[in-house]
Parts: sequence; structure tokens; C-alpha cells
Amino acid sequence: MKHKKRIAPSTIIIYVILSLWALTTIYPIIWVIQNSFKAKNEILADSFSLPLGDLFTLANYKTAFERLNIFSAYRNSILISGTVAIVVILFAGFASFALVRYNFRGKKLLQSLVIAGMMFPVFSTIIPVFRMLNSWHMVNTESLWMSLLSVALPQIAGNMSFAIVILTGYIRSLPIELEESAYLEGCSAYQTFFKIVVPLTKPSFATVGIFSFLWSYNDLFTQMFLLRLPEHRAITRLLNELTSQEGTNYGLMAAAVALVVIPVIFVYICLQKQIIKGMTAGAVKG
Amino acid sequence: MGANVYKNKKPVFFFLIPAFLFMAVFLYYPFIKNIINSFQVIPGLGSPSKGFNDPWYANYQRMLTDEAMHTALKNTLIMMLVTIFGQVGIALVLALLVDNISKGAQFFRTVYFFPIVISATALGLMFNLIFLYDKGMVNQLLEMMGKTTLTDWKDPAHALVIMMLPVMWQYVGFYFVILITGLNNISQELYEVAAIDGASKIQRIIYITLPLLRNVICTCVVLAVTGALKVFDFPWVMFPKGMPLGQTWLTGTYMYYQVFNTRNIGYSSAIAVLIVILGILTSKIVNAVFKEVDY
Repeated sequence: MKHKKRIAPSTIIIYVILSLWALTTIYPIIWVIQNSFKAKNEILADSFSLPLGDLFTLANYKTAFERLNIFSAYRNSILISGTVAIVVILFAGFASFALVRYNFRGKKLLQSLVIAGMMFPVFSTIIPVFRMLNSWHMVNTESLWMSLLSVALPQIAGNMSFAIVILTGYIRSLPIELEESAYLEGCSAYQTFFKIVVPLTKPSFATVGIFSFLWSYNDLFTQMFLLRLPEHRAITRLLNELTSQEGTNYGLMAAAVALVVIPVIFVYICLQKQIIKGMTAGAVKG
Repeated sequence: MGANVYKNKKPVFFFLIPAFLFMAVFLYYPFIKNIINSFQVIPGLGSPSKGFNDPWYANYQRMLTDEAMHTALKNTLIMMLVTIFGQVGIALVLALLVDNISKGAQFFRTVYFFPIVISATALGLMFNLIFLYDKGMVNQLLEMMGKTTLTDWKDPAHALVIMMLPVMWQYVGFYFVILITGLNNISQELYEVAAIDGASKIQRIIYITLPLLRNVICTCVVLAVTGALKVFDFPWVMFPKGMPLGQTWLTGTYMYYQVFNTRNIGYSSAIAVLIVILGILTSKIVNAVFKEVDY
């Protein structure tokens, strides 16, 4: 690399400002993680020092695993969000294919219903949804599976519109010639969908899947309404209870936050391009 | 379209039914039902309705005299301003700055977006530790800088700011990415022509970048305003039940409180309807102010 010209002072100022904001987004997380390895009194004495030597302890994590059902909460979260992502991909894929490739009466109406579906905030549907699921005995039930399903169902519906908007945009851009030749080869519409359209639409399915999964994983409100029994709690719900149960056990709180955040950081670093695209796609399109 | 391939219309129903059945049962029907509920007397989440209110709009009338509801509405409007100027404003400044650098743009993008993927619940606990009265991060930092007294960040004087700060902070990266995408779509030639004509950097931003970015900014502001109506996790984790003294209510948290603590389901439904109406109104206003222009 050659340094032909000196770096302008304005460039330095720009880098300083940008780095300051970067500091606000990264440092708090690092701070929490480093304090999760320290005892409470050490945190209160000096929370900025690294947990090295005598300061280092795993006691908070030990307590976290003993007292909190972290693993079952993880399992519940992954089951709920995995179901949401898979069902949304499959059914939104079906619907988008039909809305793009077929002409039928009422198509305009369905398209406006899809757009309208994106406008309903969760507050405006949750009470009737709860009452309905309650009448089907799916909430306040002993059955773990029913509880988890009760959270997944409204979340699937909540992500469907967004997914259809993204997928119709993509499927519309696919060349129809491939599907025509599949038809001439004697493929049925279903075969054409699964063998031609699905493989070509993979990147958009990934976008939709990642968005639905993360949205569901982070959604506290639906979990607060529908997961009433402690052993059915998913991860965000568990965290929310922590303040009232262990409000002054700061080391434990830091460890719990770290346990929830670290897997997400790991996934984010691996899939950041797809995640950023997935989470902003709806905005840029709509 | 309408090619021969898809003349046989039978598969349409197979493809459409699952998605629209889900939306009909868990979205459209509950939405309508919620509007109906908002005119009724319902004494508990699981209990049947006791019929319509007398007068039918009594739940809405009650909002007029409910002090906590006024606080919630006022706070939600402040939250909208915070999201517009804080989130979109800061994001715009950062995006314009990043547009000027050649190295590290990708790094900043990754880092700024990072808080969005983490649940606000976890971040709320983190901010609880940061703003802890008894020596959290901020109070320790101030002590190191020579302050001798501890500040209670959750007292009535600070609560509202401390509740809104994390909400603002979390989503800056989201708008940053959208705006950067918009900036990248602006042709570089325009800037070169302007530079030849002697326009300064600031002039180029004011006369080229901002006008061309107008529609993207408009989208961001609509998202920010409707996003402000959906805020729930941070205030609920950091300031449960409107603490302190019911000062930090937002429409969303107050609606939840009405469901589980006062068990007034009809009233909660009415608040939910109000949230929808506010969402529609504010996005209409934003669109009118920015008036989409096609270039």
C-alpha cells in the first residue's frame, strides 16, 4: 500500500465519531460479559477491570444453571421459533407462488388483505387470540406442546404477510420459461413448485426464515400472554422474570444476559449479511 | 403472465388456503373481534362478555378521565419524536459520514446493526445493570470523573429519559442500514458533476443527497413512528408497571397492565384500537409532510 497523500483531518474526525457510536453498541455487551465472570462485590467495586486472576469466577454461571431452567427455556424458544420459521416459509411460499403465477377472481382482494395484515400491531389481536386459544384449552394447560404451539400459531400468522410480500417480489422476477418447459415435460403444478420454484427462491426463503425466527425468538409480548406456567417459559420470558426473582444478584443477571446473548452473537457473526438483509428487506420493499 | 402453464386453476386453492387460513383465524378475525370487544364489558381474560356497554362508547369515554392513560399517550408521542429525531436523525448523520470513508464501512454496518438482533429483554436487563443506583456502570464512571454522590437514574426526574434512551439506541443501526442502501443507489456521477461546478461537500449533501434520499427518509420516519407505538419490552423490563409513580407508561405497556392487573378487558381492547388508529393517523401525517416525489 502506498501513502500518497496524508490523511485529512476531517477524515480523522469522521472516524472518531463513527467509532464513538460503535463503542456504544459494542462496549455494553463486553462489559456485561466480563462482569458475568466476577463476584457481586467485585462488580460494585470496579466493573471496568477485566476478570483476570483472582477476580475470575464461574460461580454466576453455576448458579444460573442450578437455579434457572436455562436449557429448557432454550429448547422451548428453539422449538417455537423453528416451527414459526418453517411454517412461514412453506405456507408463504405456496401463497406467493399462487398470487404471482395464477390469475383468478378475488386476487386483488387477497393482495390488499396481505398488505393490511402487516398493519395490525400485536396489541390489537392478542386478546381475542388468547380467548380463542383458551377456549381450545391450549393456554394454562399442563401440556408443554400445546403451550408452545399456542405461541407459535399467532406468530406464524403475524409473519405471514411480510413473508408473502418478500416472496412475491422475488418469484415475480423469476423467468417463467423454466416453468413452461417443466410443464411441457409433464410436471404438475406441485412438482413445478417444489422442483423449479423452490430451488430458485432459496435466498429469499433464507431471508424470510431468518427474520421470522429472530422476530419470534425476541418477542416478549406474545410469550407474556400465552406462556403462563414456569416450566413452559421460553428464553425472553425467563429473563423477564429474573428481575423480580433475583433483582439484586447482579453477577447472576450478567451471566443470564451473557448466556442469552452469546449464541445470538455467534450466529450474527456467521450470518450477518443474510440477517441484515432479512431484517431490513421488508422495510425497503414495503 | 397468465401463461398456458397455469391454466388449470385447481391447485390455486391448495396453495392459498394454508396461509390465508392462518391469517384469517389469527389476524383478521381477532382484529375485528377486538374492535367489537372494545365496546363491551368483559371482566376477565377467560370470562365471557357481559354484553355491550351503556353507552356503547363507555370504554373510550373512560380514556378521557384516566390520568394514567394521558401519561401513556403523552409518553408515546414523546417516544415518536425520540424515534424520529434520535433514531432516524442519528442514523442519517452516521450514514452521511460513512459515505465519506473508503475503509471500514462494512465494519460499522455490522457493528451498528448488532443490537437489533438481540432481544430487548436481555438488553433491558443489561441497561438495568448499567444504570444501577448502587454503582452501576454509569455511576462508577461518574465517580471516576470525580462526582461524589450517586445518581438514582430511575427516580422521577430521570426515569423517562432512561426509559427512552435504550429504545432509541437499539434501532439506530436499523435505519442506518436502510439509509446507506439508499445512499448507494445515488449515482456517483451527480456528485462528480457538482464537484466540477464547485459545490462544497455540505452543498452536495443539501442539494443532491437529501432531496434524492427523501423517499427513503420518509419510509424510515413512518417505520420509526409506528415502531414507537409497538415499544413494550424495554419499559416493561426496566420500569415495570409504569414505575416510578406511573410516570413511564406507554400505550402498549398500559394496555398490558389493564389486561392482567385490573382485568378490564373491554378497556384494554379500546386502548388497542386507539393504538391502531394512532398508527394509521401518524403514518398518514408523515406521508403528507414528506409527500412522496418520483424522480
